[in-house]
Amino acid sequence: MSAAVLEVRDLQTHFFTKAGIARAVDGVSFTIGKGELVGLVGESGSGKTVTGFSILGLADPPGRIVGGSITIGGAELVGRSEEKLRPIRGRKIAMIFQDPMMTLNPVLRIDAQMIETIKAHEDVSADAARERARAALGKVGIASPDERLAAYPHQFSGGMRQRVAIAIAMLFEPELIIADEPTTALDVTIQAQILHEMQKLCADSGTALLWITHDLAVIAGLADRILVMYAGRIVEEGPVDDVLDHPLHPYTKGLIGSVPSQNVRGRPLAQIPGMTPSLLHLGTGCAFAARCPRADALCRSEAPALTSHGPDRASRCHHPHLDVAAAS
Amino acid sequence: MKATLDEAAPDTATVESTLPSDGPFRRFWSDFFESRIATLGLVAIILIVIAAFSAPLIAPQDPYDLAQVSVLDARLPPGEVSMDGYTFWLGTDGAGRDLWSAILYGLRISLSVGVMSGFIALLVGMVVGLTAAYAGGRTDALIMRVVDLQLSFPAVLVALMLLAILGKGIDKIIIALIVAQWAYYARTVRGSALVERSKDYVEAAACLGLSHSRIVFRHILPNCLPPLIVVGTVQTAHAIALEATLSFLGVGLPQTEPSLGLLIANGFDYMLSGRYWIAVFPGVALLVTIVSINLVGDQLRDVLNPRLQR
Repeated sequence: MSAAVLEVRDLQTHFFTKAGIARAVDGVSFTIGKGELVGLVGESGSGKTVTGFSILGLADPPGRIVGGSITIGGAELVGRSEEKLRPIRGRKIAMIFQDPMMTLNPVLRIDAQMIETIKAHEDVSADAARERARAALGKVGIASPDERLAAYPHQFSGGMRQRVAIAIAMLFEPELIIADEPTTALDVTIQAQILHEMQKLCADSGTALLWITHDLAVIAGLADRILVMYAGRIVEEGPVDDVLDHPLHPYTKGLIGSVPSQNVRGRPLAQIPGMTPSLLHLGTGCAFAARCPRADALCRSEAPALTSHGPDRASRCHHPHLDVAAAS
Repeated sequence: MKATLDEAAPDTATVESTLPSDGPFRRFWSDFFESRIATLGLVAIILIVIAAFSAPLIAPQDPYDLAQVSVLDARLPPGEVSMDGYTFWLGTDGAGRDLWSAILYGLRISLSVGVMSGFIALLVGMVVGLTAAYAGGRTDALIMRVVDLQLSFPAVLVALMLLAILGKGIDKIIIALIVAQWAYYARTVRGSALVERSKDYVEAAACLGLSHSRIVFRHILPNCLPPLIVVGTVQTAHAIALEATLSFLGVGLPQTEPSLGLLIANGFDYMLSGRYWIAVFPGVALLVTIVSINLVGDQLRDVLNPRLQR
């Protein structure tokens, strides 16, 4: 791993609701190196999206970052004022969202949206900005960019819109792109194209990528490293092939087992029993204990710490699948 | 698992076809003209506006120029010819003014008061409503309680109370109408801005490092315009009617600047003596104006309502 672009240390984002404090992100730490593609995996409600937004300082009220540190290229982001965060957003860190139908403003033409972004960060003429916008569209594989620039979002298909969103994210060749399930709403052929495009763009510009998803298949094809999140904590991390082939945490194993292609035809699909626990009522024990086939009294009373297993691997479990890792 | 995604990723998206480039505006107008009655209303409004604002050019008489008005011509029925051979097609009023000319001049005042107060109230309500929706929390609660308080009084009452304090005059009535109406706009804008605010494109704009004012006015506002336009049209008609009511009651405009309401009030005294035209013709002019604006407003609501999208 080369020098870290993003360093998140013990990040805590809590939501102060009437029903109590929800620890959506509770002590998350990770680093992303230059040009590295990292997958952040977890179920709905595991805190992966909140982690993404926290990095940009955009955790919505009643959510608030209550502790930890986030540095981008060495500069601290936590505690910065809105005005001081703004130059970072879009320029150093860009974000791509899940639903491309919703992330472009329906009443503004593509050129207006792109030029406005460029002019928000750089003092350039409208012509120069338009030229940049056109180049950016060309780079993400949009044919006849001039025609497309003058179009409204409703004239684009889902895949095209996501390309536009990627083009906007890549305008400044940021150090990091946070992609929040950007291919979930697309069909598989378009999904493959977009993944390929992202891989190529990141390799060309040295942009690091934090890919937030619940889809292990996407991560398997794209990422260098994987972080598995559960109930606001990272429960397992490591190089993507290692983690997928030899998961240490029972939760990771369950996730992999839940991928339909892993199951035998005709048999009921494997699933992780139970639901993601309510973040309001996490006990003292391991958050996964109630759903875990390996849980015992220790798991229910004491939360496991993140323990290192080898140079790049770590897992937060009292009873990791070390035996399985050794056997296969 | 890994193999599935690495293969088959063509470079460009040339497969996706080019769609016909119809802007939202062209579609809007073609939808709008589907209704004949609304088209008629729009044509009527345009004619009324042209007639009202070119009143000095097309009106046969300047009803404010006492040299042109003769008391000897007072209360002539429609079609009567004056002393100097001029035909009063709509008759004359108690002061001998040509009603047709008086209506044109009256329309000019009614329309400008209605449109101006409507427009300023729209701007005020829009800024207040957007602020409430975007700021949220206590600011929102405070602003909306003021709006609720205001809306719990009838608009006529609010305007009457204000005019009682301010006195007569065209500027006073515009102020009174703005105060009576801004809350409607504020509530409408806040409602749609709250919906827009929670949409992803607002979040995306924030992620791109755009400033608050830019997000509010360039991204949220245009998406709130459809309901605002509808309310604006209907409220303008309402403002014209309200102004006519106030003038009719004698608290609105001074006698020297007769609006339609004042003309109706003047003619009202003659109703029982059979001189119907003095009140009825200005009344018809007011009715046609308001109905036309409402017809256009109704059609706008149908066209701009996403739930009724055909």
